[in-house]
Amino acid sequence: MRQINVALVGNPNTGKSSVFNRLTGLNQKIGNYPGITIEKKEGVCKLSRLLKAYILDLPGTYSLNASSLDENVVIELLLNKNDKDYPDVVVVVSDIENLKRNLLLFTQIKDLGLPCILAINMADRMDRKGISIDIPKLEEKLKTKIALISARKNMGFDKLKELITNYKQLSTDSCCDASKIDKEYFHELKDTFPNQNIYKLWLIITQDVNFGNLNRNKVEEKKQQSLRTKSDSEIKRLQQKEIIARYIFINDTLKVTLKKDLNAAKGLRASLDQILMHKFWGYIIFAIILLLIFQVIYDWSAYPMDFIDQSFASLSEWLKNTLPAGQFTNLITEGIIPGVGGIVIFIPQIAFLFLFISILEESGYMSRVVFLTDRIMKKFGLSGKSIVPLVSGTACAIPAVMASRNIENWKERLITILVIPFTTCSARLPVYLIIISLVIPDETVLGIFNYQALTLLMLYFLGFGMAFFSAWLLSKILKSSFKSYFVVEMPNYKVPILKNVGITVYEKTKSFVIGAGKIILAISVVLWFLASYGPNDKFDNAEKYVSQNIQNENIELSEEEFSTQLASYKLRHSYIGYMGKSIEPIVQPLGYDWKIGIAIITSFAAREVFVGSLATIYSVGSENEETIKNRMTQEINPVSGGKIFNLASGISLLLFYAFALQCMSTLAVVKRETNTWKWPMLQLVIMSVFAYIVSLIAYQILK
Amino acid sequence: MKSVADLKRGQKSIITEISTDHLPLKLLEMGCLPGNTVEVVEIAQVKDPIYLNINDTFLAIRLETAKYIFVDKD
Repeated sequence: MRQINVALVGNPNTGKSSVFNRLTGLNQKIGNYPGITIEKKEGVCKLSRLLKAYILDLPGTYSLNASSLDENVVIELLLNKNDKDYPDVVVVVSDIENLKRNLLLFTQIKDLGLPCILAINMADRMDRKGISIDIPKLEEKLKTKIALISARKNMGFDKLKELITNYKQLSTDSCCDASKIDKEYFHELKDTFPNQNIYKLWLIITQDVNFGNLNRNKVEEKKQQSLRTKSDSEIKRLQQKEIIARYIFINDTLKVTLKKDLNAAKGLRASLDQILMHKFWGYIIFAIILLLIFQVIYDWSAYPMDFIDQSFASLSEWLKNTLPAGQFTNLITEGIIPGVGGIVIFIPQIAFLFLFISILEESGYMSRVVFLTDRIMKKFGLSGKSIVPLVSGTACAIPAVMASRNIENWKERLITILVIPFTTCSARLPVYLIIISLVIPDETVLGIFNYQALTLLMLYFLGFGMAFFSAWLLSKILKSSFKSYFVVEMPNYKVPILKNVGITVYEKTKSFVIGAGKIILAISVVLWFLASYGPNDKFDNAEKYVSQNIQNENIELSEEEFSTQLASYKLRHSYIGYMGKSIEPIVQPLGYDWKIGIAIITSFAAREVFVGSLATIYSVGSENEETIKNRMTQEINPVSGGKIFNLASGISLLLFYAFALQCMSTLAVVKRETNTWKWPMLQLVIMSVFAYIVSLIAYQILK
Repeated sequence: MKSVADLKRGQKSIITEISTDHLPLKLLEMGCLPGNTVEVVEIAQVKDPIYLNINDTFLAIRLETAKYIFVDKD
């Protein structure tokens, strides 16, 4: 079977992804471009029995003048004939209502001498919008073939596929010659490089991107020998001239081919904007939507999560009873199954969050959110789009980090990802609740405010405050090669296409399970190993030692009490136990003992494990909160002789959990999203050091 | 000279001149060129950002950018 490369190019908001989904169905793969975190969407479409199209959905761009990494990808591909994805044919997707603006990009790509098809999407809206087009005439003017399509109504795709199949018949002539903006200059260019496409040369001079074999410096060098060079300002002026020249051509073309009845309805946008972007109601509505999203990922997803939790627990239990006892069984039942469970448990939250986010994106509301919040967010180096990831971070950082993919500007996206773990996620809550109830008095102040509730509220504010403060700090430190301008298109409101929403939810979940999942599983197995093996005889023959101790002390224990004693003894003498003891000198200045040290290490699997680990170490046997609490209040600090959980150590512990990044899943997902270990490692080190210092200061002052 | 930043909500005008050095090319590509009409659809809190309709393209820009798009007086 023969295979051709097809590149889908188009402005944002033209429904390019819907067209891609229609062409490829679930035959698609989402990855990254090598070295950068731009989503690479590729898929396969069978055109006939003999021909298969490999389709690449390139990032949306308004023109070939790149102003972001996403847009660079488009130019780099279209200019590099040696790229394995270099297209045999380009499909430019445009939107019937914004044809004029969409054609700018089309005329540029046409100038590169590539076979080009114009796909005019949303053609089902033509009647309603009072638009009519003379297709044959437009095809003649643009020297191309046109397919009128509607991804929503699945219209016109046979025609589009037919055009792709017969791509060899397409003209490769340019339709609007750009060289007329400075004839002399372009003439010289042509003389210096007679074998190159002239518009390609112009792009190499004006754009700061990699072009593989034809290096920018090489052009500069040769140009300096024979050509006069242009200053940046001159080049920008020429680029402006180019845009104007193209618009003149487009306007002249559309004047004779497109008719628009101005009386046609255009009320929906205006009336929705009036409410959704209102100076007061706009914010109220947005707050309600955020609250709803938060409610869903926090509350509704608890049901499937409990179900997953229990299913994995019973599976593990069942296998334990079925398989022959031994280390291999333990590895499966205590290491691998809980590890896989630890990945699957995030699926409900991720799926719910992306369901909402893709609906917000598809409907056109997300751009309005950016408009509403930009003013506040830009002060902290964030984007208006950072608000959704930050708020969903209050439920869980994992889906929140993934949600930041919708931020186009790389610097703003990176800052958002880096500060998300400061927001108070739901896994911190069990730790907060138990410590607050231990050390903060259950009294009211001013008659209504409960100290414990106030402390919890303070912790939430602290999380947000830290997130915003560090965002501001990062925006001052991080360098960005692109000057960030704020130009956001406000797309038309649309009813979301179910298929697109479904595919987004499916793809995001899949990329989490595969990308971050394997790291989470690996760390879970390591943690299991550290807790299930010990360096010496005390771990291996724990039963003997525990029975000896009991005999020495002359006490009677039931079988159950004995096994909790045993578990406690084993954990103390496991590798993780010794690690806890070895870090005791480090955590002592914070007011903790080695038992808390162990709990802190184990909670790296997930913060909520803290409570369970303490229960095991204190050999409480049950995970009942009251029992654990009672046991915790009895613990004595070996140094001071007072209670280990007092106000000073409690506050210190709360602050430590508020600031430290104790979540391997977050690290894994940040690695997945930034494509390097550099950022998650920096996050881990800086947040841990900061948490340590703050807790240290708090304990030393309060003690 | 009057700029888009001086227009009130709902006001319409014609772009007379743009300061190319201060504007991103992207804005020009979206139709922000001399001769085109511009309408202020909505203004956010504290006048920033501003939601415009330029020749049937709807977009939002910040106040600092709007100052460099000059318009006809009325």
